Amino acid sequence: MEKTIRRYMPIFVLPTFCAFILGFIIPFIMGIWLSFCEFTTVTDAKFVGLSNYVEAIKDTVFRHSFWYTVLFAAVSLIVINVAAFALAMALTQKMKGTNIFRTIFFMPNLIGGIVLGYIWQLIFNGILEKYNTALGLNEWYGFWGLIILVSWQQIGYMMIIYIAGLQSIPGDVMEAAQIDGASGIQRLFRVTIPMMMPSITICMFLSITNGFKLFDQNLSLTAGEPAKMSEMMALNIFNTFYGRTGWEGVGQAKAVIFFVIVVGIGLIQLRATRSKEVQQ
Amino acid sequence: MKKKRVLSIVLAAAMITGMAAGCGSDGGGNSGKDAKGKVYYLNFKPEADEYWQELAETYTEETGVPVTVLTAASGEYEKTLKSEMAKTDAPTLFQVNGPVGLASWKDYCYDLSGSDIAGVLTDDSFALMDGDKMAGIAYVIENYGIIYNKALLEKAGYSADDITDFDSFKKVVEDITARKDELGFSAFTSAGMDGSSDWRFKTHLANLPIYYEYKDEGIDNTDAIKGTYLDNYRQIWDLYINNATCEPTEISTKTADDATADFVTEEAVFYQNGTWEYNNIADIGDENLGILPIYIGVDGEENQGVCTGTENYWCVNSKASEDDIQATLDFMNWCVTSDEGVEAMCRDMGFVIPFSSNLESENTLVNEANKYMEEGKTPVTWVFSTMPSEEWKNGVGSALTAYAADQTDANWDKVVSAFVDGWAAEAAAAK
Repeated sequence: MEKTIRRYMPIFVLPTFCAFILGFIIPFIMGIWLSFCEFTTVTDAKFVGLSNYVEAIKDTVFRHSFWYTVLFAAVSLIVINVAAFALAMALTQKMKGTNIFRTIFFMPNLIGGIVLGYIWQLIFNGILEKYNTALGLNEWYGFWGLIILVSWQQIGYMMIIYIAGLQSIPGDVMEAAQIDGASGIQRLFRVTIPMMMPSITICMFLSITNGFKLFDQNLSLTAGEPAKMSEMMALNIFNTFYGRTGWEGVGQAKAVIFFVIVVGIGLIQLRATRSKEVQQ
Repeated sequence: MKKKRVLSIVLAAAMITGMAAGCGSDGGGNSGKDAKGKVYYLNFKPEADEYWQELAETYTEETGVPVTVLTAASGEYEKTLKSEMAKTDAPTLFQVNGPVGLASWKDYCYDLSGSDIAGVLTDDSFALMDGDKMAGIAYVIENYGIIYNKALLEKAGYSADDITDFDSFKKVVEDITARKDELGFSAFTSAGMDGSSDWRFKTHLANLPIYYEYKDEGIDNTDAIKGTYLDNYRQIWDLYINNATCEPTEISTKTADDATADFVTEEAVFYQNGTWEYNNIADIGDENLGILPIYIGVDGEENQGVCTGTENYWCVNSKASEDDIQATLDFMNWCVTSDEGVEAMCRDMGFVIPFSSNLESENTLVNEANKYMEEGKTPVTWVFSTMPSEEWKNGVGSALTAYAADQTDANWDKVVSAFVDGWAAEAAAAK
C-alpha cells in the first residue's frame, strides 16, 4: 500500500502543486518584486528601490486604517467567538431541532461578502433613515455595521467547529468531574475549555485573520465613507493601487507590509493559544 | 486492480488535459494573429455597449477581422484597463479621459498623426497631444447641463425663458419646492452620492468653479487651485440638495437609477446630466425634453451655454503587434467613415462625432444643447479632465455628502479644504 501510494504520488500531487505555484508562489514573488517598482501594468515595471515603502509609511490614512482594522479585528474576534461558543454549547444539549438550528445558523456563511454588504446596507440605511442619518455619514455606524455583518456571517461557521470540538470531549471526563462535585461553571472553565483548546486555536486564528483581511464587506457596506474613515487596510491598499496615477507601487508596498503584519499577528496568536492546549 | 489503474490513468489524463487546455487557449489566441490582425476594444461607455457589440459583429462579417469589445463597469475603467493591459492579448484600442489619464498611459499610446482617422477630424483641438505625438483622438463630443421636463415646468407656471441666471433659476426652483404638495412633483431629482451617481457632482458640477477660475487666470491647468468660485459651488449644491425628491441626509444612498427614475416618472423637473442619458429618459417624450446651462451665479453668465467637451479619447496600444495596430486603425477609420459605422455612432449611440461624416443628431438633448451654440452663447469647456486624481474627486465627494447631511459652515470648510488643499496634495502626489 505504502509503495503504491509512493509510486502514484506525482499523479496526485503534481496538479495541485502546479496550481499552487501558478496561483500563489509566482504572484507572491512578483508582488514583492513589484513593491520595489514603479509600474502601470504588472508586466512592465521599473525598479525604484524603497521609495514606495517610504510613501506607504508616511500615509496618514493608511495608519488610520491600521488602527481601525486592529480595533475591528479585536472586537469581531471576541464577539464571534463568545457567541459561537455559546451557541455550540446550547446546540449540543439534548433537545429537539438542534440540527435545524445548526443549519440555519450556518447558512449566512454561504452567501458572498459583496452581496451581504449590499443587503445589510439596505437594512441599516432603512433603519438609520428614521433617525435622519445614513451609514456613510459616521465611521462608527460603519464600524458597528461591519461587526454585525461579519458576526452574522461567521458565527455559524465557528459554531460548527466548536460543536465538533465539544462532541469529541470524552464523556467519562465530564462524568468524573460531575461525581467529584464540580459545579457547572467549574466544569466549563476547568474541563470543557481546556479540552476545547484545539478548536479555540483554529477559530481564533480564522476570525482574527478574517478580521484583518476583510475586504468585500467593507467595500460594499461603507466603501470607506465618510472620507476614508471607515476604510480598512485591504480596501486602503486597493484604493491606493487604483486611486492615483503612479501609485501602483505604493499600493503594492502596503500590501507587503500588510502581509507581514497579518502573518506576525497570526503566528503570535497561534503560539499563545497552542501553549494552552492540553493532552487528552 | 487493473481497473483501478486504468481509472487512475484516466483521471490523471483528465487533469492534465484540463491544465493543457488552460494554457492552450492562450496559445490559440496568439496563433489567431493571421495577416489581418485583430481588434480588441476596451469600451468606456456602458450605455453604448450593446451598439458596440453589434457594430463589431457587422465589421467582422464584412471584413473577417475579429473584433472583441469589452465594456468596463461604470467607474471601473482604469482598474479594468490596468489588468487587461497586463495580459498577452491586451486591448489594442483603449480610452483615456484627457491629460491626467494620458499621463499614466502615454507609454502605451501609438502616434496617430498621419493616420486616416486623424485626417477626417474636423478640428485639431479634438486630438489629445503628448508633445508632438498625437496620443489620442476624441470620438464623441458631449454636452451636459440641467435637463428639464418642459411640460412640468409649464405646469408650475414657468418656461425656460424665465431662467437666465442663477438668481432667476433659484426663484423658480424654490417656488416649485414651496408648492411641492400642490404640484405633485419636486424641483430636482435626488442628488445621489452613491458611486453610480456621485460623478455628476464631484466631477461634472465641480467643473464649473474650476472653469471660471481657469478663465480668470487665463490658464488651462494648474497645480494649485485657489477656489475663487467655491461659494458659487456651494450655492448651486445647496439648491440641488434642498429642493430634491429626497432629504439631503438620504443622498449618500441614492443611485443614478434613482435619479433617472425620479425624472422619468415625472417626480422632478430638473435633472443634472448629459446628452448621453437620452436613451434612458426618452420615455417622457422628445417634445418634453430640454436642457439648461448650469448657472452658478457668476457675472455675465447670461451668455453661458451648456458644458461641451469630451472625456473620451481613443488611443491605440503601441505595444500591440504591427498587424493588430493596422487592423485597429482600419477599424477606427471604418467606424467614422463607413455608413454602418457612422449610422451606429450617430444614431444608435446618439453621439456627436468630431469627424466630417457626422450626421445631424436625432438626440433631442444634443439638438437642444446646440441651440445655445447657435444663439452665440459660450459653451463651458470640460476642464475636469485636469483634476489631479480619482482620490481628489473622492475626497470632494465625501465632503459634499457630509455637508449635505449637516449644512454648517464648518462642514463646508471641509469641502473647501478637500477641494483646495486636496488639489495641491494630489498634484504633488502624482508622479
